Amino acid sequence: MLRYALQRFALSVVIVMVAIAILIVMLHVVPGDPAVMILGPRATPELIAQTRQSMGLDQPLPIQILTFFGNILHGDLGRDVFTNRSVAQIVFEQLPYTLVLISVAILWSAALGIALGCYSALRRNTWLDTLSGILSVGTISIPSFVMALYAVLVFAVWLGWLPSIGAGEGLGGSIIHLILPAFAIGISWVGYVARMVRASMLEVMSYAHVRMARAFGLRERLITTSHILRIAVQPAVTLIGTGVAHLFSAAVFVEVIFARPGIGALIVQSVNERNYPIVLGAVLVTTAIIVLATLISDLVIAWLDPRQREEL
Amino acid sequence: MALTGNTTAADAGPLVAIDSLSVDFDTAGGTVHALRDVSLEVQKGRVLGLVGESGCGKSTLAYSLIGLLADNARVVNGAIRMGDRDLAGLNAAGWRDLRGRRIAMIFQDPMTALNPVLNIGRQMIDIQYRESLSKAEKRARAIEFLGQVQIPDPAARLDVYPHQLSGGMRQRVCIAMALLTRPDLLIADEPTTALDATLEMQIVDLLRELQQRFGCAVLFVSHHLGTVAELCDDVAVMYAGEMVEKGSARQIFHHPQHPYTQALLACDPARIGIATRQLPTIPGSLPDLRRPPVGCAFRARCPQAWGRCASDHPPLYVAQTHHGARCHLLNPEEGKT
Ligand SMILES: Nc1ncnc2c1ncn2[C@@H]1O[C@H](COP(=O)(O)OP(=O)(O)OP(=O)(O)O)[C@@H](O)[C@H]1O
Ligand SMILES: [Mg+2]
Repeated sequence: MLRYALQRFALSVVIVMVAIAILIVMLHVVPGDPAVMILGPRATPELIAQTRQSMGLDQPLPIQILTFFGNILHGDLGRDVFTNRSVAQIVFEQLPYTLVLISVAILWSAALGIALGCYSALRRNTWLDTLSGILSVGTISIPSFVMALYAVLVFAVWLGWLPSIGAGEGLGGSIIHLILPAFAIGISWVGYVARMVRASMLEVMSYAHVRMARAFGLRERLITTSHILRIAVQPAVTLIGTGVAHLFSAAVFVEVIFARPGIGALIVQSVNERNYPIVLGAVLVTTAIIVLATLISDLVIAWLDPRQREEL
Repeated sequence: MALTGNTTAADAGPLVAIDSLSVDFDTAGGTVHALRDVSLEVQKGRVLGLVGESGCGKSTLAYSLIGLLADNARVVNGAIRMGDRDLAGLNAAGWRDLRGRRIAMIFQDPMTALNPVLNIGRQMIDIQYRESLSKAEKRARAIEFLGQVQIPDPAARLDVYPHQLSGGMRQRVCIAMALLTRPDLLIADEPTTALDATLEMQIVDLLRELQQRFGCAVLFVSHHLGTVAELCDDVAVMYAGEMVEKGSARQIFHHPQHPYTQALLACDPARIGIATRQLPTIPGSLPDLRRPPVGCAFRARCPQAWGRCASDHPPLYVAQTHHGARCHLLNPEEGKT
């Protein structure tokens, strides 16, 4: 298991490095000189050349990429074009807001989705199964920003129960401010996860080893957890792991709608200002987290299922 | 004279007595009458072989003895007596109490019977949940029983996962698990069908040896008459959901009475001396179990069928003590005309 984890981690690092290299090449290929962008149209050619040199843009592309990797190792993601503040600092200031939002959204939606899916599979065709089926299909098709708008309208504007602006102060305030955005991002995942868990539970329930477990008179609860769910939950784990990428894009909209700080809001603002070092840094960190999420979901599956450990 | 009640060799008395059991499956295409009026006794400490073509209801009978029939199955009639209890009327909790304690089962396909995500040790410890033993003692018992089924280096196998074992090894693990619960009745539904011939012989020898050592009764379901002849004390022959003949192994193999049993034996590759692993084939096919025939179920394929076979359903006639067959030819009052 440890060897598997190390191998998978090494692979993840390679994936992130390749992604960064591609990103740099793409920014290079995109028309427009970042130096001109920063200095504005009236800058002198000498000034532009000097800026290009200080930004390392006069170096050949492979050198630029290597320098970038080298800087990353020192925790240096570049500087804000306007304020000259460290990009790493800016990004890591905003990151916790988004991470908390996404984690809370994943946790509540996965927990509820798995529980509902389990219940639906075990108690097929009961009213709760039917209801969860209808709600799942309904919520899966609603984009999270639409959900966020409705959540704001109903719970903040109309009922006035929950705040809709900002991230809140202190622990209590932060929690209250998290409810609506985490609800808006997570709700469609509840249905997704529930349907997926239900379908794979129904499949695994018909496997021969489940009948064998029954033939030994094992308790139904043990059969459900160790013999059925432990296998049936795997597709949902993969779904959630790869879904973190979607959650980040959902967070972009939701942070803007709720005027919350966070990576999403930061990227939107920096793109509007053409502040490319920040865009680059934020996208880099986001990519690393997405790859990390996939890695974690793969490790969870390897922990659940020994057969997966042998494949890499 | 129709044969009733205690018919088979009864040294120690019946452990389980199945009495006029009928089981239906509800399907979209109609009701499948998979078992019809089946009576059978499993004697304490003896091995009963259950043979018949594919689809004749062997597994249905085996599963009804451990309460694991499919969801669409219904026991429409009959009783399964074990001691003073009728298992046919048990609820889920009642069945759970018997399973893994008085009744255990070995399944056909060892490749899928074990949980792929738990190691062998965990699975063997979990099934001992009723014993008030420490975990270390349960582990020790698991190792002991892996040794009983002749798995080399049993202690090391506890940490292994099923996919790391061969099919033969997995079936040995299943047998060890079944015996670990010290059942009175061991049901084995074609435990060797998925294995190749050499392994099959090894597993059959092992079952024979362990049955003698542990003294449990065994219901051994098989297509393969050779293994049945080798392993079983008594034999029951099923056809199209009915029990058509039952008796001691000697009686069935040396003096088969029912034309179906005779045909089965004639098709047995071991008897015709050709080394094939083909299943026995008799010309014709099983009747549609949604509309079982009125008279004898085997009539359409029977070379000796005559007038009465179409109209009257044959009762179980006595051929010899403890040996009976459902065939009008055995009616002592009726000469074949
Ligand atoms: N769940 C089910 N629903 C409907 N019909 C079923 C079901 N299970 C079994 N049957 C039918 O009941 C009959 C008896 O099946 P059973 O599995 O008991 O036969 P078998 O003798 O064990 O055959 P095999 O040798 O192939 O294992 C068959 O006609 C089969 O199609
Ligand atoms: Mg069968």
